[in-house]
Order: sequence, then C-alpha cells, then structure tokens
Amino acid sequence: MTPSRKVAAITAALFVACLTASILVLERVDQVRRGATLQEFLYISSPKAAKRLSLGYTGLMADLYWTRAVQYFGGHHARGDQEYQLLGPLLEITTHLDPQLLVAYEYGSNFLAPARPTGAGEPERAVNLVKFGIQSNPKEWRLYYDLGFIYYMELKDYSAAAEAFRQGSTLPNAHPFMPVIAATMATHAGDIEMARMMWRTTYESGNVERSVKANAVAHLRALQVDEDVINLEKATAAFKAQTGQYPSSLLDLRAKGMANGLYPADPLGHPYKFMPDGRIEVSRPDDLPFITKGTPQGYQPPPPKFLPTD
Amino acid sequence: MSAIEILGLEKVYQVGFWRKKPKCALKPLHLQVEEGEVFGFLGPNGAGKTTTLKMLMGLVYPTSGSARILGGDISDRAVRAQIGFLPEHPYFYDYLTGRELLEYYGRLSGMPSTGRSDKISEMLAQVGLADASDVQLRKYSKGMLQRVGIAQAILHDPKLVFLDEPMSGLDPMGRREVRDLMEKLKRQGKTIFFSTHILSDAEALCDRVAIIHLGELRGVGAVEDLTAKMRGRVELIWLGKTVPAAIQALKAECFVTGDTVRAVLDESQQDAAIEVLRRERLRLISLTPVRASLEDYFLSQVQPASTGKGVGA
Amino acid sequence: MNARIANIAANTFREAVRDRVLYNLIVFALLMSGAAILVGQISIGIEKLVVINLGLTAVSLFGVVIAIFIGIGLVSKEIDKRTLYTVLSRPVRRWEFIVGKFFGLTGTLIVNTLCMGIGVFAALFYVSHKFAAADAWVLSALYFIVLQFLIITSLALFFSSFSSPLLSAVFAFSLFVIGSFSEDVRGFAAMTHGVERWLATAAAYVVPNISALNVISKVAHGGAIPGDLVLLNTGYALLYSAMVLFAAIWVFEYRNLK
Repeated sequence: MTPSRKVAAITAALFVACLTASILVLERVDQVRRGATLQEFLYISSPKAAKRLSLGYTGLMADLYWTRAVQYFGGHHARGDQEYQLLGPLLEITTHLDPQLLVAYEYGSNFLAPARPTGAGEPERAVNLVKFGIQSNPKEWRLYYDLGFIYYMELKDYSAAAEAFRQGSTLPNAHPFMPVIAATMATHAGDIEMARMMWRTTYESGNVERSVKANAVAHLRALQVDEDVINLEKATAAFKAQTGQYPSSLLDLRAKGMANGLYPADPLGHPYKFMPDGRIEVSRPDDLPFITKGTPQGYQPPPPKFLPTD
Repeated sequence: MSAIEILGLEKVYQVGFWRKKPKCALKPLHLQVEEGEVFGFLGPNGAGKTTTLKMLMGLVYPTSGSARILGGDISDRAVRAQIGFLPEHPYFYDYLTGRELLEYYGRLSGMPSTGRSDKISEMLAQVGLADASDVQLRKYSKGMLQRVGIAQAILHDPKLVFLDEPMSGLDPMGRREVRDLMEKLKRQGKTIFFSTHILSDAEALCDRVAIIHLGELRGVGAVEDLTAKMRGRVELIWLGKTVPAAIQALKAECFVTGDTVRAVLDESQQDAAIEVLRRERLRLISLTPVRASLEDYFLSQVQPASTGKGVGA
Repeated sequence: MNARIANIAANTFREAVRDRVLYNLIVFALLMSGAAILVGQISIGIEKLVVINLGLTAVSLFGVVIAIFIGIGLVSKEIDKRTLYTVLSRPVRRWEFIVGKFFGLTGTLIVNTLCMGIGVFAALFYVSHKFAAADAWVLSALYFIVLQFLIITSLALFFSSFSSPLLSAVFAFSLFVIGSFSEDVRGFAAMTHGVERWLATAAAYVVPNISALNVISKVAHGGAIPGDLVLLNTGYALLYSAMVLFAAIWVFEYRNLK
C-alpha cells in the first residue's frame, strides 16, 4: 500500500554510486580525449566552414570557440607547454563568426603575437587578425591600440605603431595615454616610461579578459624592477666611487645620504640583494617573469605562468 | 478471513501549483467484503470509487489507513497472483490481437507455458471472443474491449476480481453480455468487487452494496435491507371510473385506465383508503406494496434534500 | 523477474515495429542511395568522407529522434491506454516495468542501427568499390552511437516517468544538445569562480557527455579509435544510463498513478 522502502533505498544508493563512478570515468575520458579534441578542431580550421556549420547561430558558436581558445591557451600555459599552434585558427574562427567580439582581438594581440613561451609567436598573424577587427569595427579605439601594441612590442616597427596610436587617439572614449604615446613614440620608443604607459593602458581599459590583465600586471612589475635595479646599481657605483667599496645594504647608502628615491624591496615585497660586485639581484626571480635586470647569473627563467596574486 | 478489509483508507490530494490546498478525495473508509460475495461499490461520478479501487490496487498511495486483501498486503506478489483488475475505459495495446494480448498478460502473471495456449483459447471462448481472437484490438468494439478486459482479469483464475465501471459506455447488448459474464464468475465462487453508477445492474447482481458520495460512505448492506429502509408505498387497484374525493384527500396519485383506477399512496394511509373504498362500495382488485428501488435509496443518500418522487407506475 | 522484464521489453519492441517506426529505414535508405549516387559524380577524394559523414550523422540523428519520440511516451502511453494499471495489478514490480521498457526501446534502436550500418557500408562500397582497413573504424563509430542511444533513451524514459510527453521531449532534447557541447560546458565551468564554479561544475558533470561519443569526423578522415577510449566510453555510457534509470525507478516508485 506504500511505496517500497527497500526499492527506494537500493535505487538511491545505486544512483549515487553510478553518479560518482560516471564522474570519475568522465575525467579519464577527458584526459584521453585531450589530444583528440585538438585534432578535431583542425577539421574545421576554415572559418567559412565553421560559419556554415553553425546553422545561423553564429553568435553562440563564436562564444563557444572563444571559450575553447581561452581554455586551450590557459591549459597549455598552466602545463608549461610552449606550443600554441591552434590559438591562431581558433581566434580566426571566433572573429569570423562574430567580428564584434572585441575580447578576441585583444587576446590575440596579448597572446598570439608575443614570442614563445609567453605567446604563440605569430605577430604577423596577430596583425592580420586585428586589422580584420578594425575593418569590422572602425570606431573602436581599443583595436587601434591592440594593433599599435603588436607593432611596438613584437615587431619593433615604431612608425607603424605611432600611426596606429595616432588613429586610435581620435576616436571616442580613447584612453588619455593614446595621444601621448603617439606623439612620443618616435623619440622615446625604447623608454621604460613608454612601455609602462602601454601596459597601464592595457590594464586599465574596461573590457579586459582576466589573463590579459594578469599579464599586464606582471609586465608592470617587471618594468618597476628593471627601473629599481638600474637606480640601485647607479647608487652602488656612486658609493664605490666615494668610499672605494660597494655597499652591503640600503642602510649603508642611507648613512651616506644616497638613498633618496630608492626602494629596498621589489613590488612583491622581497628585498633586493646587494651583491659584493655591486650588482643588485632580486631575491625570488621565479616570481618575477619578464624582468630584464637583476637576475642572478646563469639564471634560466621557467615558463611563465600567472601568479595566484594576479 | 474476509476477502477485502478496508481499515480507515483515506486520500487527500494537495491541489494547486504554488499554494497547495488539500482536496479530500476519500474520507476514512471502513468496509469489509466477504469471500464469494458480489459487492457493488456505488456512487455518482467523482464520488471516490476509482480512487478507492486504485488504492486497493496499490496504484495510488493512501494518505492514511490501510487495506488487507485476502489477508495480505497488495504489494505482496502472492496476493497479486490471486486478483484480477479491469480499469475504467480500457483501450489496451491496439496493435495486438486478442490472443496476443492474453499471451502477454498470461506470461506476466507467471502462467506456465504448458497449457497456457489452451487456457487462453478457452478464456476467449468464455467471453465470447473466439472469432475475434486473431483480430487486432484496434478493430474491436467497445463491448469487445470490455470483454477482453474481463478475460485478462480472470485469465489466471484469481479468487478476487476488481472491476471499475465494467458496463460503462456499453449498449444494452454489451451490458447484457458483461452481466452474464459476471454472473458466471459468481457461480464459480469468485469474489467480485465492482464499482458502477448503473443501479439496475447493481440491484440485479449484488449481494451487498456500499454507497459512496463526495468521498464519504453513506450506506452499506444487502440490497433488500437498504431498500426496506425506505418508507414504502402501496398501490391499490379497484373497479371504477372515478376517484372518490376522500381518496384524493389522502394525497394519492391516481390513474384511470378503462374501467380500473390505480392509486399509489403512502402505506400509512393504506387503512384509510380501504375504508373509503368500502364506504363507497368500490370493488378492490389488488393491494400491493410498492418496493422502493435501489435508485430511491441511492438518491435519498446522495441528494438528501429531494422529496420522494412518485414511484413509477 | 527476468522473464517479466523480457516480456515487457519484447512487447515494447513489438509496439515500435507495429507502429511502423522501422519505416524510417526506408527514408534512410533513400537518403544514402541518393547521396552515394550524387557523390559518385563529384570530384575525387571526398566521396568516402561525405558518405561516412552523412551516413553516420543520419544514423545518429534519426536514432536520437526515435529515442526521444518513443521514449517520452513509454510511460504516459501506458497510462492513457490503461494498460499500466492492468500490468501493475499483476505480480510485476514497478521497477521491472521501467527496466523492461528501457530494454525494449534500446533493443529497437540497436536493430535500427544495425540495419542502417549495413546501409552505410553498402553506400561506402558503392563509392569506393572496395573496403579499406580504416573502414573498420566506422564500426566503432556506430558502436559509440549505440552507446549514445542508451543515454538518450534512459533520459527520455526518466522524464516520461513523471512528466507529460511534451515537457519530456523538451527536456530530453535540451540535454542532448547541451551534452553535445559538454566539453565546452566543462570549459565554461573551469573559468568561473567561487559558488558559481561549484554549481557550474556540478551541472557540467551531470549533463551527459555526448561529445566524447561523437567520433564521426575522425572516422571519416580515417582516424583510428584508441582501445582505451572504447572501454572508457562503454563504462561511462553504462554507468550514466544506469544512474538515470535508477532515478526513473525511484521517481516511479513514489508516483501516484492517478
């Protein structure tokens, strides 16, 4: 007359068992399939084919491919891989399906253009991608920024960069740095200040994807470290000139009144080390990707990853 | 051991999507059906008959109360092997033939394969479907469907048979056929519990009936006992052409046909009426008590406000 | 117990056949023949690709449609015809009924797929005039499609056990579509944080993983299917369908069959 308790209990228990087991098996399947899915993307590497297959739901397909691109790059990055062959095709398909997906162009300029292991090392492809974006969205200042960024950072083509920034600076809502960068590009291309402005623009712009922002922060830190190390080494050289010896810490410099405007620690709070030969080294080089100064001798940087604090 | 023992079986539904309001389909029911009985479960549509049957079958779970069937619980497979059920408005699998349907049900009931085929032929003959046994059910008439339904209910020779409105939707011939079948089952000693709202069938077939209305039991007992509870009337027939005024004063219904008069009046007025006839020197031909029919009893329970209508001539 | 389940399964199969479901094979045959003949006239190199892609996609989609259309009515039809009441009044347990229905429909789909598989191979032979070793992988693609049917059938049956046919169709079809993108759903989930991540991941794992069972384009390009994938997929499909069946049994056990 009442539902069978025995049946209910047994089926509930078996349900939970099967659920757990199926999840475990699924994780294994995912691992086995990881290589396979990538190959499958190649089967539709033509953006036109992807468009046809989406049966008109191009917006959704674009979002899907966008997720795949981010997953792909993020996954490889996390595993320390250095090859990102499929990033280009994925971004191309994404933007073909939805030319107004601005994040995709930004991602391309930040991760498709830079050399390995930071990015896929395909700056020309990235340029073409962003140019396509500009074609479809001529009033988006960010795209001109992205283009200039690639020219400046990877291709070192400063006149092309300046031109892109100039064009972008005239558009609505352009970041105030744009005209400055455009104007000073010619003369101050190699300056730390130029690079700093660039990265700050990237970081501060509204529409930015998480790993892009993290990347910008890492670069800004590195610039700060470079600057600090240069200044500290200038001070230690001056100290040597004055006292005949290198200082062993910042206190020595302070005693001699030479510590103005100098920082004892890097942006992460680890103190700079004063080496006996007058050089300055960072305490934890692995935490500071992208620095060009202050690394110990013979130091090999590990593949870059985004820190938890980013 | 009673065949069916219903102990306080109750069903309350929660209706509505957001705020659930309780709707009582069956108030706590107490009932007993003995073995070998033909028991009629009567009530208007929506009274709770099908709900009760479904609870007995284990298809609907009661809110409270319980029932014992052949001394056991309905979830016990041994009990279910001993019962047969015919639901209301059956359509069955229309793509099967009569024989295939019974084969299916026979297998599910666990009938052994030896002799099963013969039993099925016999059953089909018994319900009068021998000619249609290889015709697909979609070509069956309503009466034939009802009969094959009874066939599947009695196929495995159960002790107790439950029928929900077995006559519904049938023409008089169909109803006759089903009634004959039920009488046959009764003679075989089976217990039959059936619900209906056709009172004449119940009157003819049942040993005992229960009347249910708006989820509540309104009366149980043998048909004669129930109808005897109704206040009776008497019918007087005498030779004559007119109705004496005194008789009319007794609130009699009178009908004149040819040279006889028929008057129907309350039995309490019986003596007064006879006195009038004697005074007027009218020749009394017959004096018969008019038995209330089950319908009267039924209506009295179901519509307490109605005044007793004139019982038919 | 097994005899009753087998009986219910056999009857479900018989119903599908007599309901002329298998006529879909005629449409399929026409489709395959037409495609094979047309493709034979197009440029070289991609006939096999087209035949396998088209054939296997048709097998998959036809089957899913049948699984859903019949699956949603497995329980509700029995209620409409009142047969459910007569079946359950016999010594048949409610769970035996569900399991029997499941096997009946999957049996139908397996037979359907076998016939279609023959059709695909026939078309393949027609366009390439011989079989290559790589064609054997088409069999594993067909096997995976059958595994996919197990999952879809169990889902349709689950919804049918408590919901109307229309809603059941919507739910089952939605889960099929989402399941086809299940890897992407898990990708989405990995990109969220906090509470949303937990919820999204939970949802992502409950959704059936249909995408892993779709190896059609790989097989069309002559790719091999690794043995451990076959094993894992089999395990997953069986576990997932079983899980959904248990849920169906549980729901059905508690249902008031008004």
